[in-house]
Amino acid sequence: MLQFLIRRLTGAVAIMFLIAAFTFFLFYTIPQDFAELACGKTCTKENIAVIRENLGLDKPITAQFWEFMGGIVNGRDFAVGHCPAPCLGVSFSSNEFVWDSIMDRFPLTLSLTVGGLVIFLTLGLGAGLLAAWKRGTIIDKVVSGASMLLSSFQIYFLGPIVLGIMVYSTGWMENPSYVPFTEDPAGWVVGLLIPWAVMATIFTAQYTRMARSTMIEQLQEEHVRTARAKGMKQRYVFFRYAWRGSLTPIVTILGMDLSGLLAGAVVTEFTFDLPGIGRLAVNSSLDKDLPLTMGVMLFGAFFILILNILVDLAYAYIDPRVRLA
Amino acid sequence: MTSPIETEASNASVALDKDTAPKNDAGDGANHTGRSPGQLMWTRFKRDRVGMVSAVVVILFFVVSALAPVISKLYGKDPYTLYADKPGYEGLLDEFSLPTGVFGGMSGDFWFGVEPNLGRDVFTMLLYGMRTSLYMALVLTFLCVLTGVLVGMVSGYFGGKVDYWLGRTTDFFLAFPNQLFFIAFMPVVTALFVSPTDETPTYLRAVVMILVLWFLGWMGMARLVRSSVLSLREREFVEAAKVSGASRWRIVRKEILPNIVTPILVQGTYQLPSSILTIAFLSYVGVGFVEPTPDWGRMFATGSEIYEQNPAFMFFPGVAMVVFVLAFNLLGDSVRDAFDPKTGR
Repeated sequence: MLQFLIRRLTGAVAIMFLIAAFTFFLFYTIPQDFAELACGKTCTKENIAVIRENLGLDKPITAQFWEFMGGIVNGRDFAVGHCPAPCLGVSFSSNEFVWDSIMDRFPLTLSLTVGGLVIFLTLGLGAGLLAAWKRGTIIDKVVSGASMLLSSFQIYFLGPIVLGIMVYSTGWMENPSYVPFTEDPAGWVVGLLIPWAVMATIFTAQYTRMARSTMIEQLQEEHVRTARAKGMKQRYVFFRYAWRGSLTPIVTILGMDLSGLLAGAVVTEFTFDLPGIGRLAVNSSLDKDLPLTMGVMLFGAFFILILNILVDLAYAYIDPRVRLA
Repeated sequence: MTSPIETEASNASVALDKDTAPKNDAGDGANHTGRSPGQLMWTRFKRDRVGMVSAVVVILFFVVSALAPVISKLYGKDPYTLYADKPGYEGLLDEFSLPTGVFGGMSGDFWFGVEPNLGRDVFTMLLYGMRTSLYMALVLTFLCVLTGVLVGMVSGYFGGKVDYWLGRTTDFFLAFPNQLFFIAFMPVVTALFVSPTDETPTYLRAVVMILVLWFLGWMGMARLVRSSVLSLREREFVEAAKVSGASRWRIVRKEILPNIVTPILVQGTYQLPSSILTIAFLSYVGVGFVEPTPDWGRMFATGSEIYEQNPAFMFFPGVAMVVFVLAFNLLGDSVRDAFDPKTGR
């Protein structure tokens, strides 16, 4: 277990390094003066020179890259002050440390992703199981039909509809907002209820379809038939045999779907006008605030890698044939 | 009376030598003609009513989009004109710049209503928006499928070191948070082609979008093709071709490729709607097309801004997208079932 974690984390560090290098050098192929970008519109020649020196833009690109990488491990000193350890540089437009800006926004994105994940896994797998259990009946047809239809919806289309019903016309709920969980757990839940519901609806629909089809596939397996032939109880066969086997493919797909999950959270942020990582990424990208854009990218990659490792851990828990060591 | 050995032998000859197959069938007395897998698939597909309906819907979408200029000419409007300011259209918007007619200003003149604030025609905006999205998605899907098939074939067929490094590269690209990557790189890649101080032409935006999406769009297909090729590579017919002296290129083209057309086609049908959704996503968050280019995704951004006052604006773009994605997903399922009737649904 420990060995697995160490190996995976080393791999993650290597991938992060490659992504950082790739992004960094691609960004620096832009034929544009970064000092000018950082300086803004009201800018004098002296200003540009000072900024160039402060950001280390007068050095060669490789030196700048190592300085950037060193900053992540050790921290760096800028004109605006010392930037402590996971230092991703200083934003051009706000002059804040990139890490701090990200940390301001991240709790919301994390709440959306993790909350959404828990909701859609529970509902989606539950509904899929139910449909497979009652295969061919009216329940199955309703569940399959609804999930087919809902999985074709988009967050940005369903979101306003739900808002229109729950907030604008009936006034049953407030406009979604974000309160940190640590400050007010109840407010956190209430404020994010609609975003979670909308985001989870679409993912639930997809996972319902998937859970249903993998379950049906598993139920046709030989060992399931044998178990049935032995006269085992239907419920026992269903949960101990078929369900156990269908978890593995579902978790595999979940692992490949993680960046889709983050994307879902980003769209949800936009739909409900919540200040998260996605909004930060778009604004920084449109402002050509390169340090911030790059920081958000790297952080997003890091987040997905961590989730991926967690999914792999879940694998070993679900499927006894998978050994972590 | 035939012995089991004889039966086996005749089967083997059918598999090895195509010419003997029809003869054996003819021996049954019936007028059997050999049917290719494609024909079998088509017969099965024709029987699938849901599949046929969704195929018709999908084709309809493509036809309507391709004919967008013709339709808008017949209909007499275009997606750029601000009709609220035009003489003859007074009273289109009220003093809050909201459409005056029922349900977002629907009328005989404006079938799908009028855009609030600017007073453009929603019907033609949607038509042209769909046209851009569909064209781009077609090109993008084609490029992704092509790249994926090439990479997957090479790494699956050659194996060894080539496979290892192509596999690691694929994993590396899979580790990118793709939506964040698209957002981050749209302006960067645009800046490679056009100086940031200049106006970016619309066609360039489309090209850049396709490039950026292509960059992270081929990995799924590559993995799929690689695993299919891996299992085919060791099969007897490939071995037979190798022994008979076929070149590598011939084996890949004639022996392996025809056998992986099915998964490629199915994956491709699923990839097209997801391309459309990603393109729409970019415009929705504001890094894709900008005003005044009519765009499907941006209609949602406008729609959600004004939803509280005018929910009708979003209705048609939204329903069109849901119907399109639904039809495409159903079509994908039907194509898969037609090729491989064993999959339980």
